[in-house]
Amino acid sequence: MTLSARFRIARGAFVLEVDLELPGEGVTALFGPSGCGKTTLLRAIAGLESCHCGRLKVGHQVWQERGHCLPTHRRAVGYVFQEANLFPHLSVRGNLEYGWKRAPAAERRISFDQVVVLLGLEPLLERRIRGLSGGERQRVAIARALLASPRLLLMDEPLAALDEASRESLLESLERLRGTLAIPMLYVTHSQREVGRLADHLVLMEAGRIRASGPVEELLTRTDLPLARAADAEAVIEAEVAGRDERYHLLRLRFGGGEFLVPEAGRRVEGRVRLRILARDVALALERPRATSVLNVFPAVVESLASVNDAQVVVRLAVEGGGHVLSRITRRSADALGIAPGLRLFAQVKSVALMG
Amino acid sequence: MLSGADLAALQVTLRLALITTLILLLLGTPLAWWLARSRAWFRPVVEAVVALPLVLPPTVLGFYLLILLGPEGALGGLVTALGGRPLAFTFSGLVIGSVLYSLPFVVQPLQTAFSTLDRRLLEASATLRAPPFDRFVSVVVPLSRSGFITAAVLGFAHTVGEFGVVLMIGGNIPGETQVLSIAIYDHVEALEYTSAHWLAGGLLLLSFLLLLTVYLVNRRWSVAHP
Repeated sequence: MTLSARFRIARGAFVLEVDLELPGEGVTALFGPSGCGKTTLLRAIAGLESCHCGRLKVGHQVWQERGHCLPTHRRAVGYVFQEANLFPHLSVRGNLEYGWKRAPAAERRISFDQVVVLLGLEPLLERRIRGLSGGERQRVAIARALLASPRLLLMDEPLAALDEASRESLLESLERLRGTLAIPMLYVTHSQREVGRLADHLVLMEAGRIRASGPVEELLTRTDLPLARAADAEAVIEAEVAGRDERYHLLRLRFGGGEFLVPEAGRRVEGRVRLRILARDVALALERPRATSVLNVFPAVVESLASVNDAQVVVRLAVEGGGHVLSRITRRSADALGIAPGLRLFAQVKSVALMG
Repeated sequence: MLSGADLAALQVTLRLALITTLILLLLGTPLAWWLARSRAWFRPVVEAVVALPLVLPPTVLGFYLLILLGPEGALGGLVTALGGRPLAFTFSGLVIGSVLYSLPFVVQPLQTAFSTLDRRLLEASATLRAPPFDRFVSVVVPLSRSGFITAAVLGFAHTVGEFGVVLMIGGNIPGETQVLSIAIYDHVEALEYTSAHWLAGGLLLLSFLLLLTVYLVNRRWSVAHP
């Protein structure tokens, strides 16, 4: 299943004009600054913007084209709003059952109890909406959307209105959902951290247009795009747990370019994992460093570089065998090492964040 | 105490108010919904027409209705041609008059309730597979409960209290079109002050209790939903 969308929506001076093909699996992040049109695009896909403005096809089903427009309630989308938008006249259970009761039994793909457990809602079921915290509301809203058994889950900055603690805990829930459910998600955000942790595919938007669209590993590290030049720029690499070093309590994580050694830190992870590597945690050397405390050193080739500010540049490196990383270094070092596209060197990765 | 004629007037009054309120809730709900959501250029025109009975002397409304409903009038003529009784000076005529006369008292509270409703909740219910009428019943109605109660009580009370329109188009036929307010007028004209007191006092108390209901409901609602 793929999703193809072509929209032109004018709202006064603002015009959204997009033509997109998106994968029908995993998490696709719509990323961009406030006012770039990402929410409008999401609403158009849900059928919440006035129709007759484009063409939308999900799998083999046409949701919208000239003269035909499937109304929102027949689109089988789940929508999680920035403000949870729970029904205040119903209990938590009543909210959860709202879409569940209206989904045809044949289309249900997930059980009520499964969702309740997944989002940790058992203790809240009989509560009124009024008494819930922001994080609890958003969890109920996500569960409510999932229980309507959508073919596509749309989320509009679900973490934006939350405080830091609830944001972190909800982000963990979302990572869990991403791993457990087979529902494709479109996730609107302006947080680079959320992109790095959740997204498989990334759509970069600017002023109503698509600036770039592609796999997240690719777009996060492209030096011609703003993400790689941001202060917390990072690369992601998909890897697999290959074993553990019992003596030193290290995990061995295999990827195309070799193996990462990462402290276990009490984690029990198996299967596929995602590694996040901050650009500022990667140092460069022209020769393989012999005496160094850094465990993860990989041969790599410089693909491109761009200046970040007056003093620093960011370098995109293709790790031999697979994957890209970013390195943020001073312009002075770049000049001293003669960094230029095509140069072979060694990337020393000082720190890796691991996600199950 | 109350005479047989007084009881008949009471019965006509209550029946009239009840039927009128039901019709008004049925007609007024879609009208108020449209007024609350429409951006049509002629919406203010409709709003002004709906509000007219608030400012118009009831005799004016009654006068035009009399012409409209009479055997020569557009509506009355149509009904007569179809083999019905002329509408003027009948209970049906009274119902039509009361519906028009009490329209703003039902439509305006509903319109206020609908326009303060959070539209995003309707969007949420649409994404949860609820078709439009289902959204109205499952989200709009429960969240506009106080608006509906206010509308029903005001529509009922206002119909109970009408005088001018009834006098113009209903006449004063005991058991058919004689309502309480007119019965009181008759008692006063006949200098039967005791009977007038009973009826007037009763209406005063009833009106007060109905209004008290509205304010109690609204207070409970606003306390429950800050």
